[in-house]
Amino acid sequence: MPETIAFLEPKQSVLARRDAIIEDLADLLPEGCLISEKRGLVPFETDAFIAYRQVPLAVALPETTAQVAAVLKYCSRYGIPVVPRGAGTSLSGGAIPQSDAVVIGLSKMSRILDIDFANRTATVQAGVTNLNISEAVSADGFFYAPDPSSQLACTIGGNIGMNSGGAHCLKYGVTTNNLLGVKMVLFDGTIVDLGGKALDAPAYDLLGLVCGSEGQLGIVTEATVRLIAKPEGTRPVLFGFMSSEEAGSCVAEVIGSGIIPVAIEFMDKPAIGICEAFAQAGYPMDVEALLIVEVEGSEAEMEAMLASIIDIARRHGVSTIRESQSATEAALIWKGRKSAFGATGRIADYICMDGTVPLSQLSYVLKKTGEIIDGYGLRVANVFHAGDGNMHPLILYNINDPEDAARAEAAGNDILRLCVDAGGCLTGEHGVGIEKRDLMLHQFTQVDLNQQMAARAAFDPQWIMNPSKVFPLEGRPAA
Amino acid sequence: MQTTFTPAQLADPHVAESEAILRKCVHCGFCTATCPTYVTLGNELDSPRGRIYLIKDMLENGRPADEEVVTHIDRCLSCLACMTTCPSGVNYMHLVDHARVHIEQTYRRPLKDRLVRAVLAAVLPYPSRFRLALKAARLGRPLAGFMKRVPFLKTFGVMLDLAPSQIASASAAAVPGIRAAEIEKRGRVAILTGCAQPVLKPGINEATIRLLTRLGVEVVVPQGEGCCGALVHHMGREEQALVAARRNVDVWIRAADEGGLDAIIITASGCGTTIKDYGHMLRLDPAYADKAARVSALARDITEYLATLDLPRQEARNITVAYHSACSMQHGQKITLAPKVLLKNAGFTVRDPAEGHLCCGSAGTYNILQPEISATLKARKVRNIEATKADIIATGNIGCITQIATGTAMPILHTVELLDWAYGGEKPALPQK
Repeated sequence: MPETIAFLEPKQSVLARRDAIIEDLADLLPEGCLISEKRGLVPFETDAFIAYRQVPLAVALPETTAQVAAVLKYCSRYGIPVVPRGAGTSLSGGAIPQSDAVVIGLSKMSRILDIDFANRTATVQAGVTNLNISEAVSADGFFYAPDPSSQLACTIGGNIGMNSGGAHCLKYGVTTNNLLGVKMVLFDGTIVDLGGKALDAPAYDLLGLVCGSEGQLGIVTEATVRLIAKPEGTRPVLFGFMSSEEAGSCVAEVIGSGIIPVAIEFMDKPAIGICEAFAQAGYPMDVEALLIVEVEGSEAEMEAMLASIIDIARRHGVSTIRESQSATEAALIWKGRKSAFGATGRIADYICMDGTVPLSQLSYVLKKTGEIIDGYGLRVANVFHAGDGNMHPLILYNINDPEDAARAEAAGNDILRLCVDAGGCLTGEHGVGIEKRDLMLHQFTQVDLNQQMAARAAFDPQWIMNPSKVFPLEGRPAA
Repeated sequence: MQTTFTPAQLADPHVAESEAILRKCVHCGFCTATCPTYVTLGNELDSPRGRIYLIKDMLENGRPADEEVVTHIDRCLSCLACMTTCPSGVNYMHLVDHARVHIEQTYRRPLKDRLVRAVLAAVLPYPSRFRLALKAARLGRPLAGFMKRVPFLKTFGVMLDLAPSQIASASAAAVPGIRAAEIEKRGRVAILTGCAQPVLKPGINEATIRLLTRLGVEVVVPQGEGCCGALVHHMGREEQALVAARRNVDVWIRAADEGGLDAIIITASGCGTTIKDYGHMLRLDPAYADKAARVSALARDITEYLATLDLPRQEARNITVAYHSACSMQHGQKITLAPKVLLKNAGFTVRDPAEGHLCCGSAGTYNILQPEISATLKARKVRNIEATKADIIATGNIGCITQIATGTAMPILHTVELLDWAYGGEKPALPQK
């Protein structure tokens, strides 16, 4: 892929000291916790945004908060850039390193520290996967609500960095609504605790600022999150439509009429085919668009809510309605949906967009997206969180063909601009990362960005934390 | 994923195949979550995605294998949990097979490793040599503690520890010939005698033959068959593996042509995964490609075959079984329900241990070559199995039986031993501690 998104120029002063830096880091970390040979570094050169790659200077895999602090203290002393990494599942390139950076990977910090049912909280190390939290409390009737599709693999640290969402966030909110406290290491190695076990903390909502800061304000090493009691029952229902526009307008009316199901997910025909090939969930294959609507509660509550939704769906020309008949079937319906991005690999390479639009604009944006894609001669599969208006067009292309790749990237940029112009924003849940950085001026004015950068600089005056991301390279404060 | 192979590189069919596999990977990272070594070590280089990247880098650059790559590929159990998880359909099995062959061809291991691997490859696939070695190991056992403290001898000390204290004599079940159906004949199958299993647990195939003939199935124990080749295949010794595969293909094709075969029955799921892959392993051999594909299509795990026989439901017995699904069963062959349904229908109460997707650490010769990781995984597996509070453990692979038995006091049997008992056989002798 042509390198249209630039990384910061590597600091020659850092590259020149490479051997000394590695020697020093080795002193700060236990054996087996530092990767410094070229062979071992290459696999860390990218995350799930594979179009861009940079081999880092070194990878540190600390086992404790104190080790994270020691590495950060050292890096800030010498002005060495640092890129935090959870499971490396970012779709916006949030964990892609740069050649003069030390990657700090949290994968060895994967212990659940405390489960407190009285306060309904769990405290975990940052490298614990999202799903591990729910699994750890499931037998006691609880779960952790935000559920990014990559929840099997992605870590809570990464979720906090990107303020991740997921299908069930329609009802329960995204990461920031479910995060109560963090232990965090600042750029200079200072360890701070923000928030706690209560629903609100005194003074400024610094936790709110940290959640979604993309690893630029510090490295979270522990998190305390809310646990939610599982509902009496849940039931995903499939609604098939003969056009994407009908499905889109149905979603808008459901939400507009004040109904909040747990999830409303959208798949168009290409996406249905892709997901069915992997999960064999029994999705209807003869429709143009599919909504997965999940309701929960007592049997009566589910019935009542479903009846209202079915009424609305009928008005929008629904052609198929199917309720899942068993827990196994429900699990398969979600397995297919949550594997959609990876399963796309069966047919093509892809880049995944993450624009969010007001629901009234959903049908319009879907239609325009199709036109943009056609204009570039590409293909698209749409699979997204419709209830939140959080769109994920997957632009299909051939990464081995540089021209195709350039077209895909250009189409993606057009689609994101479209989302902003429709009154939405660049990113719903994947973060800005490197992918959307240069589009930030389409969303914000330079004055807006200056204020955001001032907040960032209050935490990291040296700009060593994940520095190539989020803010366009031009217009940054002078070093 | 982007690849940069040259047309000249892609002219090699092995490289071309690996390139096609790599192109399917979208680097989503899902595979890391269910990889036993990543979960244990927390380093992406010890995960499928990391290994895929290491292999890609090595093959693209046409580089000989080096210590860094070998270290992380060697730590792979080949459990194939990643293939169950992968939404994109990346065939990690064939990619890592290619990498292992490349390592074997281009990398000179340290003397100790070469020695250990040569001994394993020369002994394990041959029942008579293996039996002799186990007898010698019994005599040598008092030395295990000492040997494990000497770095050069450590692996041999580990082997001594794994050797059973009692060694059965050669089993009648392994003698070639035809075992007639006891009632009206409803099928005809060949059975793989194999290599290590008849030495360690001859009772498994004895139970299988008893059960099948009692159910009206004629069982052929073919002359001239041997190890399926999996053990050496996983060490990257491809020629040795293909010799084994061709020999077995010849034997089974002869048996099929002589009297017809409904299936080739395999009672060790590790072997089953490999035999079902013969068609692929021999695809470039014009003399064998078709025959090997025919053999792979006939290969059935014993539980897969029994599931087609519509066995009558038996009365419930007051025995709870923790069913341990071998990786080669659930990930390699995707057989997940049949063994449990058979056990339930046979009257047993079946429980699934937590983290059932994680390997027990046996993985062929892995528990000998990677004893530390193997021991960690064994402890985790045993903890999860014991938490079920079942009376007995059932599984379908000899490697798992040997591995788990050294970590728990719970009795462990092959699924087919319980089924034989439930359908009219003798009560199986529980393993002696």
